[in-house]
Amino acid sequence: MAECHPVGFQWVMEAKARGAKVIHVDPRFTRTSALADLHVPLRAGSDIVFLGAIINHILTTESYFREYVVSYTNAATLINGDFRDTEDLDGLFSGYAADKGTYDPATWRYLDSRDQTDSGSGVSANAKSRSGGRAEAHAHHSPGDEFGSGGPPLEQSRVHRDGTLQDPRCVFQVLKRHYARYTPDKVQEVCGVAPEAFAQVCEAVIANSGRERTTAWVYSVGWTQHSVGVQYIRGAAIIQLLLGNMGRPGGGILALRGHASIQGSTDIPTLFNLLPGYLPMPLAGRYNDLAGYLESIASQEQKGFWTAADTYVVSLLKAWFGDAATAENDFGFDWLPWINGDHSTYSTAMDMLDDKVEGFFLLGQNPAVGSANGKLQRLAMAHLKWLVVRDLNMIESATFWKDGPEIATGELRTADIATEVFFLPAAAHTEKDGTFTQTQRMLQWHHKAVDPPGDARSELHFFHELGRALRARLASSAAQRDAPLRNLTWDYPTAADGEPDAAAVLREINGRHLAGERAGELLSTFADMRADGSTAGGCWIYTGVFAGDVNQAARRKPGGEQSWVAPEWGWAWPMNRRILYNRASADPEGRPWSARKAYVWWDEELSRWTGHDVPDFPVTKAPSFRPEPGTGGPAGLAGDDPFIMQSDGKGWLYAPSGLLDGPLPAHYEPIESPLRNALYTQQSNPARETFPRAQNLGNPSPPEPGSDVFPFVATTYRLTEHHTAGGMSRWLPYLAELQPEFFCEVSPELASQRNLENGGWATIVTARTAIEARVLVTDRLVPLLVAGRVIHQVGLPYHWGVGGSAVVSGDSANDLLGIGLDPNVHIQESKAASCDIQPGRRPTGQALLRFVEDYRRRAGITVDTGVTKMTPGEQP
Amino acid sequence: MSQVDAPLDPAAAAGWRNGPKRKGFFTDTSLCIGCKACEVACKEWNSVPADGLRMLGSSYDNTGALGASTWRHVAFIEQRKPMRELPVRNTATTTAERAPGAHDFRWLMSSDVCKHCTHAACLDVCPTGALMRSEFGTVVIQADVCNGCGYCVPACPFGVIERREGDRTVLNAGVAQKCTFCYDRLGAGMVPACAKACPTESIQFGDLDDLRVHAAQRVSALHDDGVADARLYGEDESDGIGGAGAFFLLLDEPEVYGLPPDPVVTTRDLPAMWRGAAIAGAALLAGAAAACAGRRS
Repeated sequence: MAECHPVGFQWVMEAKARGAKVIHVDPRFTRTSALADLHVPLRAGSDIVFLGAIINHILTTESYFREYVVSYTNAATLINGDFRDTEDLDGLFSGYAADKGTYDPATWRYLDSRDQTDSGSGVSANAKSRSGGRAEAHAHHSPGDEFGSGGPPLEQSRVHRDGTLQDPRCVFQVLKRHYARYTPDKVQEVCGVAPEAFAQVCEAVIANSGRERTTAWVYSVGWTQHSVGVQYIRGAAIIQLLLGNMGRPGGGILALRGHASIQGSTDIPTLFNLLPGYLPMPLAGRYNDLAGYLESIASQEQKGFWTAADTYVVSLLKAWFGDAATAENDFGFDWLPWINGDHSTYSTAMDMLDDKVEGFFLLGQNPAVGSANGKLQRLAMAHLKWLVVRDLNMIESATFWKDGPEIATGELRTADIATEVFFLPAAAHTEKDGTFTQTQRMLQWHHKAVDPPGDARSELHFFHELGRALRARLASSAAQRDAPLRNLTWDYPTAADGEPDAAAVLREINGRHLAGERAGELLSTFADMRADGSTAGGCWIYTGVFAGDVNQAARRKPGGEQSWVAPEWGWAWPMNRRILYNRASADPEGRPWSARKAYVWWDEELSRWTGHDVPDFPVTKAPSFRPEPGTGGPAGLAGDDPFIMQSDGKGWLYAPSGLLDGPLPAHYEPIESPLRNALYTQQSNPARETFPRAQNLGNPSPPEPGSDVFPFVATTYRLTEHHTAGGMSRWLPYLAELQPEFFCEVSPELASQRNLENGGWATIVTARTAIEARVLVTDRLVPLLVAGRVIHQVGLPYHWGVGGSAVVSGDSANDLLGIGLDPNVHIQESKAASCDIQPGRRPTGQALLRFVEDYRRRAGITVDTGVTKMTPGEQP
Repeated sequence: MSQVDAPLDPAAAAGWRNGPKRKGFFTDTSLCIGCKACEVACKEWNSVPADGLRMLGSSYDNTGALGASTWRHVAFIEQRKPMRELPVRNTATTTAERAPGAHDFRWLMSSDVCKHCTHAACLDVCPTGALMRSEFGTVVIQADVCNGCGYCVPACPFGVIERREGDRTVLNAGVAQKCTFCYDRLGAGMVPACAKACPTESIQFGDLDDLRVHAAQRVSALHDDGVADARLYGEDESDGIGGAGAFFLLLDEPEVYGLPPDPVVTTRDLPAMWRGAAIAGAALLAGAAAACAGRRS
């Protein structure tokens, strides 16, 4: 965090000054470790063993927060009898189809009242005979990207719970069995972490949790960049739920994002599969109209606020299509783009290679340097007809056609590349008005300080002008396919310089009443949204940011002039809540767990929830309230259902739906690993996404032969001095001079083993390519004793790229990585791979290709290497 | 009056009357995260040019040392020793089964700067008056007065001042350059750029007296926490420079950070040397006179 988020780290320092203990778990010793009370180095890619062993420790020592766990999580909920765990299937969950390499998650669901509850064996027939159930319809072939953040719908109001946590079918017992094999010995064997260090972590986290204290888990996005990335975060979530650290001050899981407003660009998404406010993108072939789409979002029988999705969706359509959106035409639902599969960034790169993509917009992204398998990215872009690059500087993704590494090797020839590249300089955040949304979901308005230089313009300006130009071109078109653009509301007021008024856009996002007495008035809460077309709003979770026609995001009341929660600094979605699910900060009866950790509570006299923050709960619903069985929506929430966006109102220790690779985190080795999985026969995530092709060859991993050719673990990361792929730092002399050259970090032991000299050169090799780096020999990388052998890790900051425009350039670490993805969110595994390292500089020109080819031959690498998802062995 | 014999308030000694309290930097290296924001903020505010794209191979330090175009320098020191002798150790290597190479480790970071000495030799030797004592008690070079003679360069006991190299396109090329303590910002009631940019309050700016009190408290707090190595550097008014306007909390011996352990104002011995020279000269003259007298006799 000190390394990548030094400004945010000031608050950790402040917490330290007040007595907080900081533990840093990371393969390398970073600037964060330097200030931490304890640094625990572990092997990159082994985290689920570490997390699972903490879970096991909490369960076996009965250190969990029992009252919280019983009341607020799904620990007591029973799972249907068809579920089989990795314990039963040697590393697989039930429902795995080896021929497809995917799971059918139908057997992971809760036991519900239509199942026979007397014995597990009777469940199967009953469950399978259910007809017309949406859960069943969705259980099959359901990529996670087809759902919004609510996951697939559940008919959740009728689950079975055992408050004693003794029923062998309850989540708590499933959890116990699943994690029994995650022991301190395994932590030593797999992660390379000594039992004493592991015990210190367990003790510290447990001692700092409970009624009086809370522990926070903080991660940067590197934690997600694994083939089991989602399950890493799930592992932390299980720990936090068991210890009662969710929905409470000082608790939570805090994701530090890679860019200033990446939270904002998931809320109002740049993701292919989401609409604003985490609504799913319509999916072709699943339904044909708005009603079908809405039904896919939430069953009216499930609990919580997703049941009001119709009001969010219709308000969004009214914001986008205005008067053209009517009840008769489904409010223009047909005019939305519909997806028909995975169109994420890596799939799109593959489609480019296959000439399925003509044009590509790059905005603030430099895939030639920042994405895994840089060579594949560059080769793919060379297939485009046109490429628009909007950036502060002439990044490598805009110049690969003349000075990229493939020009040097002869793999690409400038004369042969037909891609027309348009470079449009972009304004920086100081040169335009707008908001940043940070990790706490807080919007902070930034005012333009200076004019952008030259032709540089804001993104808002670019898209506004592009929209105007397209609409002008299509104005007289009668074609149905042009209806979406023709009907778009596109009337933002602009200043003299052509810049649209950013506040007008934020007002549109906030939403307004369109009819009735309050017509024209801005909405103050998403609860006022209607599904009849009488309200408009561009992103339901942001409703309230412009309440009372005041830009709430621009509030900057100093902390000393308001409560410690500081509700008048910026504005946090939803409804300016600073902590989500904060009903959990009070006990089931509505009293604070302790005076020290009081946050929101039930005021008996006023008969309402109150406290330091905006209560994240129906404000007059008493703690003792119990709904009629079968009631859905907010009314179906019991007074002790704090997780109001979950379909059963509980925090999910076990995820009965919504994930594609299992309801519980299980350890799998990274796709490229020098080691065999020590926990199961199954080596890697059996549901991982692979792209077998000549441009994306894989290093072999056990039990495949040839893994000894790549005996070291490689991990990539960022440095304080640079920003990601360098577009914002390598062109600035003051930053470039602080870290002027690409380097690798190795331990003195590895340096001596491979004759690497500090300050000298090294060549790092994988199946994709070989790159050269200066060598930094440092004790900050520690050889780890793993499974009886010493494992060396090679650290690779990924900020440099090959090109002629930046102040500093160099080989790109991401060129080493293959593309293998987490199936849930399609994120690449870029934090753990295998590699070889040799002293000296790499060959150049075609000799480089021969050098890599020799490695491939020695390791026996083909297109099929590493792509067999189910590991052959004893599995059923 | 010579700076060497000056009283503790250097601004008053330089003739400032009713000036502000003496300002200082307290750089608490135990809070430094090595982000180098101070280096960049300093260069941005003071238009100090970038000065080289060299990787030094010295941990994360690619700046090297203070100089004409480096007025803040963050040192990175990697050591095989624990931060504190407490049950909590800072590596996971307490096991008997430790991997080869695993050991106690700590990474020290420290942002160095001109010390703004109470007795400033650079100022003493400056023949043009380009180096001056400000009303804030800081030492400032006036680039438009400096003639580039370079006397101040060897006079500094810390090696802080340098003449800036470069042709006419380089700002202030050919003249001596160092930290101005953001004299322009102080005059406008603003915090110096480096202290303003520091995210963790490792660089603290304020009245020197207050900083010294706070620094003493901080050292004892660290000692109580088991960080036995914590000590102050440059806070002692009885040291060889009369105490620094910019002083430090270090976690090891000064030499580890590239700082002289016992800095002495290089002009301290000048009066004595002049006296000695005068005596020697007089003796020489007396001898010569005696010789002449003897020959005559």
